[in-house]
Amino acid sequence: MPTDYLDRFRREGRIVIVGASLAGLRAAETLRAEGFTGSLTMIGDEPYDPYDRPPLSKAVLLGKASALHTDLPRRREIDAKWRLGVAATGLDMTAKRVRLADGDEVEYDRLLIATGVRARPWPKESEADLDGVLLLRTRDDAAALYRRLKAGPRRVLIIGAGFAGSEVASACREMGLAVTVAERAGAPLVGALGGVIGSVSAELYHENGVDLRTGVMVTGLESDSVGRVKAAHLSDESVVETDLVVVSLGSMRNTEWLTGSGLGAGPRGIACDAGCRAFDFRGIVTDDIFVAGDVARSPHALFGYQFLSLEHWGNAVAQAEVAAHNMISSSAERRPHLWVPAFWSSQFGVNIKSVGVPPMGEQIMITQGSLAERRFVGVYGYQGRIIAAVSFDNTRWLEFYERQIERGAPFPVEFATVDRRPEGRQPVDAAFPDPSLPTHGPTVTLSGYSPSDRQLVFTPARH
Amino acid sequence: MRLVVDLNKCQGYAQCAFLAPDVFAMHGEEALVYNPRAEEEQREKLARAVAACPVQAITADGLHGAGAGSDEAARESSDAH
Ligand SMILES: Cc1cc2nc3c(=O)[nH]c(=O)nc-3n(C[C@H](O)[C@H](O)[C@H](O)COP(=O)(O)OP(=O)(O)OC[C@H]3O[C@@H](n4cnc5c(N)ncnc54)[C@H](O)[C@@H]3O)c2cc1C
Ligand code: SF4
Repeated sequence: MPTDYLDRFRREGRIVIVGASLAGLRAAETLRAEGFTGSLTMIGDEPYDPYDRPPLSKAVLLGKASALHTDLPRRREIDAKWRLGVAATGLDMTAKRVRLADGDEVEYDRLLIATGVRARPWPKESEADLDGVLLLRTRDDAAALYRRLKAGPRRVLIIGAGFAGSEVASACREMGLAVTVAERAGAPLVGALGGVIGSVSAELYHENGVDLRTGVMVTGLESDSVGRVKAAHLSDESVVETDLVVVSLGSMRNTEWLTGSGLGAGPRGIACDAGCRAFDFRGIVTDDIFVAGDVARSPHALFGYQFLSLEHWGNAVAQAEVAAHNMISSSAERRPHLWVPAFWSSQFGVNIKSVGVPPMGEQIMITQGSLAERRFVGVYGYQGRIIAAVSFDNTRWLEFYERQIERGAPFPVEFATVDRRPEGRQPVDAAFPDPSLPTHGPTVTLSGYSPSDRQLVFTPARH
Repeated sequence: MRLVVDLNKCQGYAQCAFLAPDVFAMHGEEALVYNPRAEEEQREKLARAVAACPVQAITADGLHGAGAGSDEAARESSDAH
């Protein structure tokens, strides 16, 4: 882009951000911080100022915060035009226009898409609509769930033992509620951390009095005569009587509004290059559409240029900053999004953190502490390299492993580590489930190499 | 006042829980839980916690006097539609 155009764009261009949550807000702040003085429009379908989601399954359910008061602090004023409570329903890439649900159209010079994901609903619609069947993604979801938990249900059933399901189960136990968790895999957290760590999580469940059912699927939800859920049927023929069901089956990318636009967007997200520029459906990179946050999938040099979808808070922030910077920079000044994936969760009083991409790991070894004590660091190896690490109540070492991942340090881990136990000398199979089988909410999805992947179906607009 | 903690950065040192116990608390050995909305009377304690966090994991707004950055100010400046 010639510099005079860029200068003018930075001064008086029009930037539109669709998705007014974590990634959208941080991108807007970065644009202003880096000197963009043109017009900025924030479009969000939720009727709220940007708010933070992680507390919704933690502090909120523990009664330490209100679901309605998790608004994100602002780093600076962004002087934006806000269109909240109205969804974007279409994109015209040629005319450079976003269509809105209320019929309006908003023109842009550059567009950032940060529409994130939503909770995957219970697949049988009539059962999903029953009174007492809930999801957890939004502020309203959390407020409704907390209200129901406070009302003292007889038994809560959580379908899916990923991070979110585990956090809800943990909160239920703190409230003294009876809770059953049904998980298709052999243990909780298996999709994200593998079976070795999953079995530690299963022990935590048991110790804390959760009725954990693994290797089963919920086959149906049963209603009473007035449309309230009263029981769930499981694939092992057992029946769980429950009056509150939390469906925690992972998420779906909010890309439907882009159907027919010509952008490389589909059920697996929006593919972009390392500089956050979106690909069109032919695999050609666009120059004026950028993506960030949960909805994006982007190639990562540290992980063999695999396209990664990261449903991680830290990724949304880091990618938003890079996308915003690149939106107002010349190609030579652009930066790649090379953030090392990192994630945290807290459940049953244990602080779980990971760096890198655990699901890529073939083997794991416990380099510090011990599984039995629930205080350890596990390191994942892939083709002779350290690819990820996970810690249970052992946060302070994680940064060290992050450096090892960045360096591509060899695996098995040979260096001496503090608190190394005999059990950690040999790597063992990390025990991830077959990647072709869906798991309940892995928070990292390896989505192949090519942006124009065969599984992306381009459906031309019908009008 | 609104606040958020980058829990990837947080090392669970608990300085914040010590300085502003009504806002931050440890849950178990090293998991931090906090209230993302702090009451006005917490201003000073919150400011001290923000400054004391050894890894600068806490972001808060509205710390410097009423007005700038508070909910109302943010809404005023933003709600052009
Ligand atoms: C309960 C819960 C707990 C979590 N805990 C953790 C955790 O412990 N650690 C961690 O790392 N991450 C956690 N996360 C994940 C983290 O919150 C997300 O990674 C983060 O919110 C992603 O931000 P985003 O802006 O990309 O997407 P989102 O926050 O999903 O925001 C997207 C926004 O776009 C809006 N939108 C969608 N479609 C449209 C449209 N067509 N038009 C207009 N607006 C639209 C959506 O309504 C939403 O407001 C948690 C998430 C949840 C729900
Ligand atoms: S002071 Fe900082 S590092 Fe320590 S617990 Fe609080 S936020 Fe975490």
